[in-house]
Amino acid sequence: MHLHKFEKIWLIFGGVTLVAFIIVLAINAFSHGHHPPSDLNRVVPAMVDQTAPFDQPGLVKKGENKYDLNMPSFAFGYAPAEQVIPLGAEVTFRTTSKDVIHGFAIPGTNVNMMVVPGHVNTATTTFTKAGEYMVICNEYCGAGHHMMMAKLVVK
Amino acid sequence: MTTTAIPKRDASMSLAYIVIAFFAFGIGAIAGLLQGLVRGGMIELPDWMNYYQILTAHGVLMALVFTTFFIIGFMISGISKTTGGLSTFSFRAGWIGWALMFFGTAMVVATILLNDASVLYTFYAPLKASPWFYIGAALLIVGTWVAALGMFSAYRRWRKNNPGKMSPLFAFMSIATLVLWMIATLGVAAEVLFQLIPWSFGWVAEVNVLLSRMLFWYFGHPLVYFWLMPAYIAWYVCIPKIIGGKLFSDSLARLAFILLVLFSIPVGFHHQLMEPGISEKWKFIHVILTLAVVVPSLLTAFSMFAVFETAGRRRGAKGLFGWFTKLPWKDVRFFAPMVGMLMFIPAGIGGIINASNQMNAVVHNTIWVVGHFHLTVATSVVLTFFGISYWLVPALTGRKLTKWVNRLGIIQTLIWSVGMLFMSGAMHFMGLLGVPRRTDYTTYMDSEMALGWIPYYQQMAIGGALLFVGGMLMIGIFIYLLCFAPKGQEEYPIAEMEQNAEQTPRILERWRIWLTVAAVLILLAYGYPIFDILQNPAPGSPPLRTW
Repeated sequence: MHLHKFEKIWLIFGGVTLVAFIIVLAINAFSHGHHPPSDLNRVVPAMVDQTAPFDQPGLVKKGENKYDLNMPSFAFGYAPAEQVIPLGAEVTFRTTSKDVIHGFAIPGTNVNMMVVPGHVNTATTTFTKAGEYMVICNEYCGAGHHMMMAKLVVK
Repeated sequence: MTTTAIPKRDASMSLAYIVIAFFAFGIGAIAGLLQGLVRGGMIELPDWMNYYQILTAHGVLMALVFTTFFIIGFMISGISKTTGGLSTFSFRAGWIGWALMFFGTAMVVATILLNDASVLYTFYAPLKASPWFYIGAALLIVGTWVAALGMFSAYRRWRKNNPGKMSPLFAFMSIATLVLWMIATLGVAAEVLFQLIPWSFGWVAEVNVLLSRMLFWYFGHPLVYFWLMPAYIAWYVCIPKIIGGKLFSDSLARLAFILLVLFSIPVGFHHQLMEPGISEKWKFIHVILTLAVVVPSLLTAFSMFAVFETAGRRRGAKGLFGWFTKLPWKDVRFFAPMVGMLMFIPAGIGGIINASNQMNAVVHNTIWVVGHFHLTVATSVVLTFFGISYWLVPALTGRKLTKWVNRLGIIQTLIWSVGMLFMSGAMHFMGLLGVPRRTDYTTYMDSEMALGWIPYYQQMAIGGALLFVGGMLMIGIFIYLLCFAPKGQEEYPIAEMEQNAEQTPRILERWRIWLTVAAVLILLAYGYPIFDILQNPAPGSPPLRTW
């Protein structure tokens, strides 16, 4: 097929940029482990309250400055509704839904995940700045969606 | 006796689609205005109306009803124009399709008005809408299939009567658009028929939520190309004629459309990047496939600007960029789509951010995404559809686009664009701050952070109000062109090839090959994940109504 000379240059330039971009994404993902939240664990939605670790929501110390925060989501809130986190801690948020689909986002951090009933999801972040943070639901879940939040206090 | 640009009965059918499209647009615009004002904290809705109800109405009416009716109506007119009038079969299929789509839409709208379907246009199981909402949505889709059959038949008839020739470019591009649409809608049809309808009637107790989402997004991304490709048709085929130029390259245009069919179907998981239950590897494969869609966009950008430059130089433009000023900026048929094209540049960059594996975490489900599709669909595509309407409606009714309406059209385009810049700009910025999408007015119990977002909400509401004014102006112009403009003849612009144009490679019209390649790509991207989900399903969800 005939291609105009400039068109060829343009496409080669675009193609090379694209390949370079994908390679950067791949290095980031597979070499540095920067994957989006993709937990494969499962739980029966109606049994969340009886299933570990969601039967005891809250902060669990896992090591030096390392914590798990197990925080089930439901219409329209999270448990616990308020949590104090030590400054400088690396926290892994673990959640699932007892009912419909929810979001789990902490503005000001890169924690942003989907909460799908039947599935567990996890995301990790380190809090280096003291202050109040919010966990908010950013996926429509019903009439009280805009009230759905939890408070995190980093100190 | 009025003369229409295509046979009169075809013109009336095409108009029947476009009238419903603009009707849906008008109601959707009212819902959009209310949302903007509520979210800006400027008004409160009455008790009998729910924010999420008007959000569902806005999404369904704008993204599904307006676009689908407009696109089918536009493509029917162009196929009639370029293949020499529709056969009785194609004509009947067109009307049956219209009727099915109309009744489907009526059912969908009725259930939303009754507040029995506030599940947003993405359905979102296990939120359970009335089964009639899903049945209406299915009818809307089946209607498009019937209309598509009529268009396939028209295309096939032309090829049979013209052996050895390449089909008219407009017809080819419409067929490619419909092929993409047919393949893509299989996903949502399977979701609605096999999962949601039996479950919402209570015949089965639980639904596999992840599977429903996978099937939805298998459709949900090609859907955006189903909106974009008809705009591309206007850019490739109609605009060159309007500005007094020729087709840049028939083969490039066809190649771009084949690539869109191939690359834009197996890409759904990038909508599910932040989701559990899908492994990192599969997500990455979909990220690569998604980014491949950049190639046909680059082809299109090159072709468009090549056409503009050639046409400008033919009018005596000098210097490197002199041609830019020689373009017919005062012709709304060019101006509206051109603004749409220019807005597609930042819109496309935003799209690359959304599709990228890690950057998505920053913007996922924030109002950035809403800003993004208001730049792509509601600006690039919709301004092109407006631009098409300025010549298509009078061409179909046997009327003239008068000078003052042309001027009004330019004003309309400016109002729409400025409104969109305000609204979408505020949305993009707020998204970076983490402001969620699809959310009623809230200050999150007067949290300091959420209170800081209010001024941007207000900017967004101002943009929304401007858009409403632009939208109502468009409806006024549409009604004028439909019923009151002076009789006359308006051109149906179909560009011709350059005289010494190269022969188009015949392989571009060998559908069997391309459909096979598409099937292989889809199997590659979805085969294993769907097999796995069926073999080893996650715990299901009972139906819930949380509104």
